[in-house]
Order: sequence, then structure tokens, then C-alpha cells
Amino acid sequence: MAASGNVLIRVYRFYRDGFREMSSLGRTLWIVILIKLFIMFFVLKLFFFPDAMGHLETEQQKSEYVMDQLLNINR
Amino acid sequence: MILSANDLMEVVDWSRAQFAMTAIYHWLFVPLTLGLGFICAIMETIYYRTGDLFWKRTVKFWMRIFGINFAIGVATGLILEFEFGTNWSNYSYFVGDIFGAPLAIEGIMAFFLESTFFAVMFFGWNRVSRGFHLASTWLTAIGANLSALWILVANAWMQYPTGTTFNPDTARHEMTSFWDVLFSPVAINKFFHTVTSGFVLAAVVVIGISAWYLLKKRETQMARRSIVIASIFGLCSSLFLATTGDGSAAQVAKTQPMKLAAMEALYAGEKEAGLVVFGVLRPEVGKKYLFEKNADAFYFKVEIPKLLSLLSFRNAEAYVPGINDMVFGNPEQQIIPIQGKMGLGQEALKAMKEYREAKATGDAVTQSYYNDLFDPNTPDGKYMHDFRLKHLGYAYLDNPTEAIPNIPLVFYSFRVMVGLGFYFILFFAITLVLSLRKTIGNRRWLLRLMIVSIPLVYLSSVAGWIVAEVGRQPWTVYEMLPASASVSNIASGSLMTTFFIFLVLFTILLIAELMIMFRQIKLGPQPAEIEGKTDSEK
Repeated sequence: MAASGNVLIRVYRFYRDGFREMSSLGRTLWIVILIKLFIMFFVLKLFFFPDAMGHLETEQQKSEYVMDQLLNINR
Repeated sequence: MILSANDLMEVVDWSRAQFAMTAIYHWLFVPLTLGLGFICAIMETIYYRTGDLFWKRTVKFWMRIFGINFAIGVATGLILEFEFGTNWSNYSYFVGDIFGAPLAIEGIMAFFLESTFFAVMFFGWNRVSRGFHLASTWLTAIGANLSALWILVANAWMQYPTGTTFNPDTARHEMTSFWDVLFSPVAINKFFHTVTSGFVLAAVVVIGISAWYLLKKRETQMARRSIVIASIFGLCSSLFLATTGDGSAAQVAKTQPMKLAAMEALYAGEKEAGLVVFGVLRPEVGKKYLFEKNADAFYFKVEIPKLLSLLSFRNAEAYVPGINDMVFGNPEQQIIPIQGKMGLGQEALKAMKEYREAKATGDAVTQSYYNDLFDPNTPDGKYMHDFRLKHLGYAYLDNPTEAIPNIPLVFYSFRVMVGLGFYFILFFAITLVLSLRKTIGNRRWLLRLMIVSIPLVYLSSVAGWIVAEVGRQPWTVYEMLPASASVSNIASGSLMTTFFIFLVLFTILLIAELMIMFRQIKLGPQPAEIEGKTDSEK
């Protein structure tokens, strides 16, 4: 138990020190990544990419809906 | 909401445009990651074996380029998954079980492998042992390529559905054999062809950046040695790429004959078919005009006799079906006309409709009849799955020519991809020979050509995807589901809005990547004395 605790602490310290000593390039890249993820998940996903079948609750309803679409597509 | 035919086509076109743009932008970042990871690993292995600090300094520089590309490109693929759920919901549900498993494995693998070992790669210098660091670099490279495997397995299934059965009760495909999906010959070939194209791209990028240093007479030792490693890696990869490309074309001949005919603008099928090296198509080709003679489709063409038959079927005498054979059928070659396939698809659709009605009305007799008919273990069920449901997608076509992809785009993209593929074999061979003779720095024209080759390798990479993806149109799942039946029942206005949002977002990301990368290239590797100091501190 003590050994695994040590491993976890070592892993934590490894990441902590890595982030602390990161170069300015690393910080810039992390800022780019965080801005990108924010735009993707809190703007695009939330406002522009709803689940088209989100209003259907069960698998049965989803199957019915898709089958309905496949059988009645207006070509 | 029921979309009119015009609205539906707008939704299809905008969904396609958005997906194509997102996939192309995503693919600008991915291949460099696939190849540069291995180049870094090879360089670090030399450092590990020799202990020469020069190699540590060199590998850290290329790792910085790798890191920039990774950071800017990471998660751009997630947008494709958003699009599956919003724009392509019918498709996503139809293929759910098949796509879900590989994508889930990809997500887990990418997260655990890459996030763990990627961190060691960048944070671990002087913190972990040299051996553990080297292992982490190799595992990051392998992890990135394994992530690609799962995406490509899913893509290969769309091109060549296997290991699955369609269930009319759930309206989706169900996996009958995970191994058939994973080890489908199309998947294996596609994986090796795609990742090695990434290796070639990374090798060209390393050579191009190194050439810039040689032109500027900076970091010449790093540049020369990087060129040697990248040209060996690139030459091996490009030769392997040609082999897997040949394998891919032979697979296409067997599994997607319409795509092969489009790649060659071959209208009248023939024995001893020649391969068009280059040609200029007439404008009617783009309007899906069906030419009786192949020569009529071209203003001019240069052809190698019998080569298409030989490469496609490993037999110089073999018959290669043309577009007309597919459209009108060819009983001698046992090719069903598209009109016939449309009939088979409509029979499948009718059976699905009647089965559904029987379930809704509680008609047990009809239900039992269709239960047998959809059971792949009965003779009738086998016919239903192997012929009718296999051609389900044709039921959504109004006209046989709708099954023909955009021939000019596929034809020219194929030539760009193959032409540049051969150019890169020559490029790596010349670069390697001159590097070993130590005369490369004297040839400024060649150094400039190396820099110009960077956009060319990206062009060939995107051209390859255009051949693969435009060539399979109109299908999202080959012959089973066309794009028109795959899209969601949504308004095209929101698609247009998100298309332009992506255009702006991705362009900003690309400019950010280029600016950061150019700045880092200009700065160059860390000064040798700093590298030496950090190493002695260890």
C-alpha cells in the first residue's frame, strides 16, 4: 500500500514539476489547447451540435425513428 | 419535419462540404504526428546507444516540432464525431455497433498511451532514466499509429462492409465477427498505406526544414544528419507505400470496381486494359455523359498497354470493367446493371416496410414470414442479405448515373497522388546519395526543391484521401447506404453557419501552427552548452 502510494506521489510530482518548469512554448501550446477545447465543447457542441436523436429516450424509439427515415426519405 | 427533395440535397451537400473540410484540416496535422514520432524515436535510439549529446539536442528540436503539431492538431478529430451525431445521425445509427467499438478503443488507447508517454517524452528528460525515456518515445509513436488503426478499420468497413449483419428490427448493423472487421483485407491495406504516407510526409518535412538550415548555413551538422536519417526513413517508407498502394488498387478492383473505373475514366470495359499515365478529360466527363469509346472521354492521353489489367487482377489479359459495364450490366462478366441493383434494393426496402407494418398491426403470420426472410441462416435469408440488403442503397437512387462518382476529381487526384509518390521515391534516393557523398550543401537548387516539396507532400496526402473518399461516392456505406439517406433531418441553415465557423476556426489554428512552428524553426535547437549543462546536472 505504501509502495503504491509512493508511486502515485512520484507520478503526481513528475507532472507537477513538469508543468512548473514548462517552457514558454509549452505554456503557449497549452493555452491554444485549452482555448480550442473550450470553443469545441462549450460553444460548438453546446450551441451548434445537438444530438439529432437526443429527443428520443430509448433504443427502441431510436430504431423506429431511423427506420422511419430510411423508409420515407423524400428523394 | 419532412425535407423536400431540394432541401435534402442542400443538407447532403452542406453536410458533405463540412465533413470534407473538417477531415482535410484534421488530416493536415495527423500524418506529421504519425511519421515524426518514429523519426524522433530513431534519433533518440542513436543518442541512447552513443551517448552523444549532439543527438540529444537534435532529437529535442524535432520533438519540439512534433509537440507543436500534436498540440495544434489534437482534438480536431473530435469535431468529426460531433458531425456524426448532428449531421449524419441516420448513418451513425445505421453503423453504430461497427463504428462504436473501434472508435471507443481508439479513444481509450489514444488517451492512455499518448497522454502517459507523451508527458514522459516532454517532461521526462533528466527526470527518468534514458532507457525509460527512449521507451516512452517509441510508445508514443506506436500509440499514435495504433490510434490511426482503429479509425482506418472503421473507414475500411464503410468501403467494404464485412463481419456484420443488418438487423431490420433495430435498423442497424450488428457485428458478427470483430476479427473479420479488424482483419478485413481492405482494412489491413488501408492501415499500412495510410500510415506509411504519414511517414513519407514527415520525412519530407524533416528534409525540407533541414534544407532551410543548410541554405542559411546554420545548424549544418544537425541538418545534414537529420537529412540522412529522414531520407533513409523516407526511402524505405515510400517504397513500402508504393507496394501498399498497388495492393490498395488491386483491392479496389475487386471490391469497388466503379471507383477503379473512375480513377481511370474507363467507360468501355476491356481485356488487356492500359493504364493512363496522364490525360486531359473532356468537360462532358464531369456531367456524367456516358462515352461509348474510352478515347472519346479524353482530349489526349498517354497510356501504358495492359498495365491496368496486370495491376488490377495480376493478369495482363484480364478484363477490367468500365463505367458502362456497371451502369448497363455485362452478362458475360456477370455484372448486374445498376437498374437491376436498384430493383434489388427496392425489394429489400419493400420487405422492411411490410415487416414493420406487420409488427405494428400484430400480424403474426406475416411477421413470421419476414423473420425467416431476414434470418441469414435460411436460404431465403441468405439471398435477402447477400443480394437485396447488400444493394439496399441503390433503392435511394433515381437514376443509374447517380452511382457514378465525380470522375474528373478522382481521375486527377489519383494522378497527383501516384505522380508525387514516384517523385518522392526519386527525391529520397537522390537526397540520400548526395548526403552520403557530403555534397548536398553545395546544391542550392536541390535545397530549394526540398523546401518546395513540403507543400507537395501535403498535396499528395490530401489527394490520396480524395481518391479514397470521393471515389466511393455516393455511398457512405458501400452500396448499402448513400449520403442522401445518411444525413439527419435538419435544416441546411445551421450547417452553413457551422461550415463557416469551422473555416474560420481551422484557418486560425493553421495560422497559429505555422506561426509557432516558423518561430521555433528560426530559433533552432537549444544551444549546445545549455544541453551539455542540463545533461551533466543529471
